[in-house]
Amino acid sequence: MKNAEEIFELLKQEFGDSILSIDKDTPTEPIISVEPLKIHIVSKFLRDNPELQFDSLMCLSGVDDANGKKVKDAEGYDVIEGGTLSVYYHLYSTVLRHKITLKVSAPREDAKVESVENVWKCADWHEREAFDMVGIVFVNHPDLRRILMPYDWEENSFPLRKDFKVPEFYQGMKIPY
Amino acid sequence: MALKTETMVLNMGPQHPSTHGVLRLELELDGELIVNVKPHLGYLHRCFEKHAEAMQYNQVIPYTDRMDYLASMGNNFGYVLAVEKLLGIQVPERVEYIRVIMAELQRIASHCVALGTNGADIGALTPFLYLFRDREYILSIIEETCGARMLYNYMWVGGLSHDIHPNFVRRTKEFTSYFKNTIVELDNLLSYNKIFIERTANIGILPADTAINYGATGPMLRGSGVKFDLRKDDTYSIYNRFDFDIPVGKGLQGSVGDSWDRYYVRVREMEQSLRIIEQAIDQIPEGDVHSAIPKRIKPPKGTVYSRVENPRGELGYFIISDGNTNPFRVKVRAPSFVNLEILGELCKGHLVADVIAILGSIDIVLGEVDR
Repeated sequence: MKNAEEIFELLKQEFGDSILSIDKDTPTEPIISVEPLKIHIVSKFLRDNPELQFDSLMCLSGVDDANGKKVKDAEGYDVIEGGTLSVYYHLYSTVLRHKITLKVSAPREDAKVESVENVWKCADWHEREAFDMVGIVFVNHPDLRRILMPYDWEENSFPLRKDFKVPEFYQGMKIPY
Repeated sequence: MALKTETMVLNMGPQHPSTHGVLRLELELDGELIVNVKPHLGYLHRCFEKHAEAMQYNQVIPYTDRMDYLASMGNNFGYVLAVEKLLGIQVPERVEYIRVIMAELQRIASHCVALGTNGADIGALTPFLYLFRDREYILSIIEETCGARMLYNYMWVGGLSHDIHPNFVRRTKEFTSYFKNTIVELDNLLSYNKIFIERTANIGILPADTAINYGATGPMLRGSGVKFDLRKDDTYSIYNRFDFDIPVGKGLQGSVGDSWDRYYVRVREMEQSLRIIEQAIDQIPEGDVHSAIPKRIKPPKGTVYSRVENPRGELGYFIISDGNTNPFRVKVRAPSFVNLEILGELCKGHLVADVIAILGSIDIVLGEVDR
């Protein structure tokens, strides 16, 4: 069983600059930040290293950090420019019984994060959900389609973004509320 | 000249009695054998996570009821624990005991539906009616206390909406002594029924390592022989005070991890829930269930991931707080959503009729899959 700082040191030794920082100033759990395009190899290490054995991905969540600049678009609605979108990974080892939280952040306009689908199969639908809701593109995902929203939902419309505007029409039909 | 062959696509659902809600399965068939299954979700999507961002922390609770509507107490429980962890509040002993009893009663009620429908889907309608009769008993006990039968809004951050009804203890005791007979009856009627065993044993075998890699939890994982239960392994509330066992699949009728094992684990789990209730019901201390409810919920900046053992598996809430009265982001890790992902893997090589048996043994609630 290892705590977050020991895991951070291990990762830092192995991957150097790809591991960005550890945030210990949280009320419940420390968070380790990782480069978005290095997460696959880091995950594989976390799963296969005999001292870590993170064999289970509890949860994967896409989040709109809304830390960019708020500007008005042509119709007077608030939209966010710049800033980041993030993915949180909550890992657990059923063998060694320790937990860790990872976080990757990618720029909002071109949010690309490596898929961890072939490390933990469980990530498949979670990543599709994060793509569907927040618009994070998971590189190397085998089947990145919308999952909860209709397949014919407008292409660049992601409901869980903070500047999401409820559409007036859906496929030419007026939405009454 | 060789004959040209191709697979056939068959749509099951969205309006199909055995998909337990509105789920569409795209089955790719080679004759009557399944080559591939592609689930299509989202028919019940109600934007829970978006709604939660517009609500204050306590206003989110009624929405959690509507996810896994067969186990609303469990959903409330998980959510309030997550918020309490973020706020750092301790709740009174009395509240803890009542919460645990409610959650276990709910687990039995939920397993009654799971087992009943699993049997009904493959032709055994009688146990379904028996189990629903007894589930009714639990719902009426809960109704007496909190006024609702399915969507309770009973557990609040820091406490409960009502104290228990004066009849609660007596009726719960009556129920626990009575329900033991139902389990015996169920075993005779369905568990060891030859036809039921033929339909479920060796069907949809899930090996332990695949189950963990796919994130399966709850009876799904334990059916594969993995002794893992959050109530013991990552204990929360006051579960460490009670004495109970974790039943696992042993492959008694076929192989470890088949549909029968998943069914059987649920039956044995009901017995363990009865044990927990019997221990807890006599120990409920006196106290005020409202005393720790905060007037205004404004957690510090930060994140929390908190998980509980719901009847269907690990229910996790990931909450980000930005220091306001509304959550910044609520993500639900729904057990049904994750468990359903394995369906394709389990069905490969089986017959069309087995899809029903396997889906019944996974026990999904679409309200939770789609949220």
